[in-house]
Amino acid sequence: MTVCEELIEMKVPAKPEYVGVVRLTVSGVANRVGYTYDEIEDIKVAIAEACTNVVDHAYDDEGLISLQFHVHDQFVEFKIADNGTNVDVEELKKYRGPIKPEEPIQKLNEGGLGLFLIETLMDDVEIRKNKGVAIVMKKYFQKDGVAHGTNGIETETINKHR
Amino acid sequence: MNLDVKTETLSNETKMFVSGEIDAYTAPQLKEALMPLVEAQEPSVTVDLGGVDYIDSTGLGIFVGALKSTDQNNGTLRLVSLNERVKRLFSITGLDEVIDIEERREGAGK
Repeated sequence: MTVCEELIEMKVPAKPEYVGVVRLTVSGVANRVGYTYDEIEDIKVAIAEACTNVVDHAYDDEGLISLQFHVHDQFVEFKIADNGTNVDVEELKKYRGPIKPEEPIQKLNEGGLGLFLIETLMDDVEIRKNKGVAIVMKKYFQKDGVAHGTNGIETETINKHR
Repeated sequence: MNLDVKTETLSNETKMFVSGEIDAYTAPQLKEALMPLVEAQEPSVTVDLGGVDYIDSTGLGIFVGALKSTDQNNGTLRLVSLNERVKRLFSITGLDEVIDIEERREGAGK
């Protein structure tokens, strides 16, 4: 396994107004470590979705979102965690998009797209349940042969693991 | 990290111009402006997203809600001037198959 070369950590209040702050920070870090423009945009969406999950579901009252970005030579591992007790991980995994065009409009789900977006935009996604929930996701640098389709669905990964 | 929403009512349709970033923080503002329009009788609503450079699942969910409402009220909802990044998220989630969407023309963002 690759050695972690750098670690960036931050904690922000689990409030919607801080999701944009995280996005700006992630954008800066992703730019710093050398992702392409499109990769940075994908990472921003995925991280923000994970933060929004925490904001919406993790805490009854106030709490923190804790973020760790482990920079490796071929990928960055992004970990977004909370200390809440509210999220049922199995339920979270069950309920997710995409939208099915054959469904009647009135039956379309307004939620469930967040986790689906995370899984589509990132290369490797794991949901861990401890005290709270941690979403751990990897995004490989494109130079290592990770090619992205225009709609993100037929993403082809070469040399994905090690 | 702000959102700006302007609405223009014409004789047979309502146009909404949105600019900024649509996320968990700004989405309530969009919802508050959009829902009354799509809850009208036979609404014809066009939302111009030309100024939007970021949208997340909260924003996408609002458009699903708006689509359901226009459908229920026998109206139409159209999204126009989406930039490539925003359009991509509608495509990934399959929403471009159910909502009438027009991308921004003349190679913007390329």
